[in-house]
Amino acid sequence: MPFLPFPLFTDVLLWLLMGAIALYVWYCSRKPHLGAPWARVFQSRTAAICAVVFGCYVAIGFADSLHFRVRLQQAAGSEGTPYSPAVLSVLDLALTHLRERRERTYSAPLATRLYAKEQFEIDGKPVRDFPRLRYGGARLQDEAERPRDIAARIGLGLFVAAFAAVLIGLAVKRLRRRRPQIPWSAGGATLLGVLAAALPVLFLSFEYHVFGTDKVGQDVLYQALKSIRISLIIGTLTTLVLLPLGMALGVMAGYFKGWIDDAIQYLYTTLNSIPGVLLIAAAVLMMQVVIDRHAEWFSTAEQRADLRLLVLCAILGLTSWTGLARLLRGEALKLSQLEYIQAAHAFGVADTRILTRHILPNVAHIVIIAMVMDFSGLVLAEAVLSYVGVGVDPATTSFGTMINAARLEMGREPIVWWSLAAAFVFMFVLVLAANLFADAVRDGFDPRVRMGFVPA
Amino acid sequence: MLAYIVRRVLYAIPILVGVNLITFVLFFVVNTPDDMARMQLGAKRVTSEAIEKWKAERGYDKPLLFNAAAPRGAKLTQTVFYEKSVRLFAFDFGAAEDNRDIANEIRMRMWPSLALAVPVLIVGLAVNITFALFMAFFRATYLDFWGVVLCVALMSISALFYIIGGQYVASKLWHLVPISGYAGGFDAAKFLVLPVLIGVLAGIGSGGRWYRTLFLEEMSRDYVRTARAKGLAESVVLFRHVLKNAMIPILTGVVVVIPLLFMGSLLSESFFGIPGLGSYTIDAIQAQDFAVVRSMVFIGSVLYILGLLLTDLSYTLVDPRIRLQ
Repeated sequence: MPFLPFPLFTDVLLWLLMGAIALYVWYCSRKPHLGAPWARVFQSRTAAICAVVFGCYVAIGFADSLHFRVRLQQAAGSEGTPYSPAVLSVLDLALTHLRERRERTYSAPLATRLYAKEQFEIDGKPVRDFPRLRYGGARLQDEAERPRDIAARIGLGLFVAAFAAVLIGLAVKRLRRRRPQIPWSAGGATLLGVLAAALPVLFLSFEYHVFGTDKVGQDVLYQALKSIRISLIIGTLTTLVLLPLGMALGVMAGYFKGWIDDAIQYLYTTLNSIPGVLLIAAAVLMMQVVIDRHAEWFSTAEQRADLRLLVLCAILGLTSWTGLARLLRGEALKLSQLEYIQAAHAFGVADTRILTRHILPNVAHIVIIAMVMDFSGLVLAEAVLSYVGVGVDPATTSFGTMINAARLEMGREPIVWWSLAAAFVFMFVLVLAANLFADAVRDGFDPRVRMGFVPA
Repeated sequence: MLAYIVRRVLYAIPILVGVNLITFVLFFVVNTPDDMARMQLGAKRVTSEAIEKWKAERGYDKPLLFNAAAPRGAKLTQTVFYEKSVRLFAFDFGAAEDNRDIANEIRMRMWPSLALAVPVLIVGLAVNITFALFMAFFRATYLDFWGVVLCVALMSISALFYIIGGQYVASKLWHLVPISGYAGGFDAAKFLVLPVLIGVLAGIGSGGRWYRTLFLEEMSRDYVRTARAKGLAESVVLFRHVLKNAMIPILTGVVVVIPLLFMGSLLSESFFGIPGLGSYTIDAIQAQDFAVVRSMVFIGSVLYILGLLLTDLSYTLVDPRIRLQ
């Protein structure tokens, strides 16, 4: 094989999570009462728009979650097949043109020259000027052609997008006939909007650095795209830790009452009373020591960064299950008084069965709402934690590390704004889509909203 | 009432013990004093003498829980657990890495933190309530809709961008206020204006939306219908009846955070160079000064529990229907 599949821990978990979600979708599609709230969610135009935007992020994130190592040339007389120590993902492969074309240092978006003046020779005479970039706009003979070249590339992108518009239009028409209640046209229009923005960027990126380059000359667009995976992982894998803890403890506290309730309440009041950032910081610092001490566990730097990311998710989950547990405790307390639970008791149904069969399904809507609502908060938290220094591995590109690196350059003149701008745009769109989608999910699932008790 | 307060204070003790145990386990069991020494001394190859010296200087050279070598009566007290964790209960925090007294440092840094956090809370509350009332007054119109959209958009921006953007516009572009720093007395005002404004702005999204929900929930009550039925103007209904009743959840929600204001704000303080407890905490985390982090964890949980107690008491004050037993 020319490459060796090299799944990282978070890759495996992410794909497992994807599988679980697929299973859940399949299960919901067979049970009308489970599918109904989701159908209500997707009847809202906002939800359809957000789902398309979010789907684009997820696609990038998953392309970035298939890791492998490329095989190297076998040295004469050596045993076994050598593989490159660099772990690449499918996304890296697709973005090879961005990843490998490094400039020397900062350059503005779509620039052809470097940000800083340098001494170099023209026709044997030393000149001090902004040198031409190694790759950005290098194919241009005359820099005056740059605006025309850029316009041509944008035009090409829009032309392809117009072609896609026809296809999308046809698909929307067909889908609308099959399921008229879902706002396909809003989804299609959003997809078209995303394409109209992405395709010109794609065509520009073959020749220019669309969002400029950073201090070591790396393409900022590439960094922003790589950060998406980290955000998705923090937002989703954390819930893998949070959900079982919050569900099990919350429901048990509300159902069993008595000393179990007291113990669980004590546990979450205690955890809650420790300031969140400090608890996370303390735990991350401790794990850092463990990771540093066991360098032999990891064969590559990516694995080490990956474990740190995983530990960060686990710690975030361990510190944030309390909110969900408190909600579920209240709900389980209410449910356990209802007649159908009393009847189950009278029939002699075992506690575990009552819990799993009669209580858990009836609090599922709270769990789903909480899970979707938590996502955006976690994505934002990552940036803050990385700023404090207890976030992802400093070598990993995430929105937090991007902002952090750019912040230090605020004092420069002219200001280096493009890293911040790229992180802002990509993060804002992701979090906004997640927030609006969460609202739609809440409206679809919360029975109080549906009955008109609470204004949406 | 008094009995209730006493019981609540007693109930706080096991929670503080729990907090203490968690921090003890995190700081001394998961990672031993040897690891701490190695981390602080930096270099990969540290001699064991250097580690021993580092531990002895800070009193980490004793056994964790039980000191068999100590004289009778001191077998439990001459331990790391007693000296570093139990003593926190007496607010005896010991010294930081730079040998400064932590308790003293906290007393000094408390005031800049409050000078930033209190205006943010008060101005923020006023702005959020005004904005939420505005949306509630125009409910189910385009103004309300776009107000909510604006709230969600504001919520979706990371706090870091508010600070960086604010610093850039107000300090670099317009040169209105110094970019960062702090001064005592009334000179502090010019350093505090921008952080306060940014703190308020960053809170409008979630606060405005949350209060709007509270107002709308209150407006679906029966007494509102009665008030309208007897012919009161909508503005009178809103300001005299709805606002008053909605203040109950709003105020009790605010009370819980009041004690935590002492802790300061992590981000604003470190970005604006305000020497408060928030920047103290961040510096401690970045310098891995565990004594300070431990103290801040303890103080934070004491203040949180205090906030919970105050919340329960404030319920009885603002809502005469609630009696505590």
